[in-house]
Amino acid sequence: MPTFVYMTRCDGCGHCVDICPSDIMHIDKTLRRAYNIEPNMCWECFSCVKACPHQAIDVRGYADFAPLGSSVRVLRDEEKGTIAWRIKFRNGKKDMELLAPITTKPWGSATPNLADLPAPSKEMRDSELLCFEPKHIRMDDGALRTLEFAGLALKEGVYY
Amino acid sequence: MLLTNPFSELSALISPSIMQGYIILMVLLVIGGTVLDMIHKKSAQYFFENAKKAKKSAKRNVGVGEKSTIAVKVLVKEVLTSGEFKSTRRRLSHLLTMYGFVMFAATTAIMIFNYPTLDMPTPAILPQLWHLGALMLAVGGSWFWFFIRVDVSAEGLTWYRFERADLFILSLLTTSIFGLIWSYMQSHAIAGWTMLFLVLFVAASTTLFGSVLWSKFAHMFFKPAAAFQKRITIADESRENLPPDYDLSDPAVHAKFPDIPQYMGKKPVYMGLGIKREAPNHY
Repeated sequence: MPTFVYMTRCDGCGHCVDICPSDIMHIDKTLRRAYNIEPNMCWECFSCVKACPHQAIDVRGYADFAPLGSSVRVLRDEEKGTIAWRIKFRNGKKDMELLAPITTKPWGSATPNLADLPAPSKEMRDSELLCFEPKHIRMDDGALRTLEFAGLALKEGVYY
Repeated sequence: MLLTNPFSELSALISPSIMQGYIILMVLLVIGGTVLDMIHKKSAQYFFENAKKAKKSAKRNVGVGEKSTIAVKVLVKEVLTSGEFKSTRRRLSHLLTMYGFVMFAATTAIMIFNYPTLDMPTPAILPQLWHLGALMLAVGGSWFWFFIRVDVSAEGLTWYRFERADLFILSLLTTSIFGLIWSYMQSHAIAGWTMLFLVLFVAASTTLFGSVLWSKFAHMFFKPAAAFQKRITIADESRENLPPDYDLSDPAVHAKFPDIPQYMGKKPVYMGLGIKREAPNHY
């Protein structure tokens, strides 16, 4: 279900370009509106759909597996702190709505405040490790987690 | 300079009928460009087909009276105050540019048609508005061009890199800047420079009005129509298949979505800017 942009809604603010993990939302060079440069590389994460302040981005299914005429749309309301979904089936009869808080934890409490951390040293900058590694991948806690460590062995036809 | 009609002074060099003919030609170019743009992009066809599609999923009928109220709201919010922009500085820049352009274009036409020669004294307010309009256009346009444009503000590109998407803003900006410089040079009787900036002013304005088919000039016509259609879909509850705007303190909403009172309380607080997304500048 790749994304596409309603050109009359988009004002070229760049939020979708900023957030797209595949880097496939770009600003068009003719009209300065956003567009999906490579729809078949879109992994349907809905990040851009939720980030768009004008609801200018929609998704459409591939005709071979998503019924044409169905619709999945989302409204992320930051001021209310909620995210609402509406899923409409092709037959027009099934029209589902979902509503939930954007987060169930106090805002900002689940993410570290990087500004409060000490600046990385030269060794840390030159290292292959990223911020919070190895702690957050638990390499410092009794070495790497391996199949042997977990008491497992490779078996044909079983993928870990 | 501010109290002088620059076009009546120019009438010594160029006949007023040529100036009037130029204005008519520019109006025709805008009309022609907009019509060709609509035919080429099939934007009008898309607009009406989309409106028809939205009407099919409408949950209630919107009467003529309600449509008139919506049209007034669109005029007041989306058109007159550029209310669709979520970014305040972009909205301010657009307001400066829009009102600057309207004042600049309207006073140009009035001065050229009503006060074309020095024999007909121009009311002082007209040249003042002309210069103020050009200045607002130059300030709002430069703010957008150097700081707000997504290319420089978010993508980190240089201000002097331009492409087709910049045709409109660049021709608008150069028209106002060259117009102001030309007026200054002419009022100080600096002959060579006056001619140079007159040529640049005419070239920039011809580019602005003659490039409607290739630029985003026509947005001033289709954006209000799109804003009107957006409000209609909210009024008829089709909402372009978007979810409704729920009232989080409504017990019916709590009954339908138990997650809300469980996690957010019965009267959820207004999150304001606390949860607002960051500016898109992480390219």
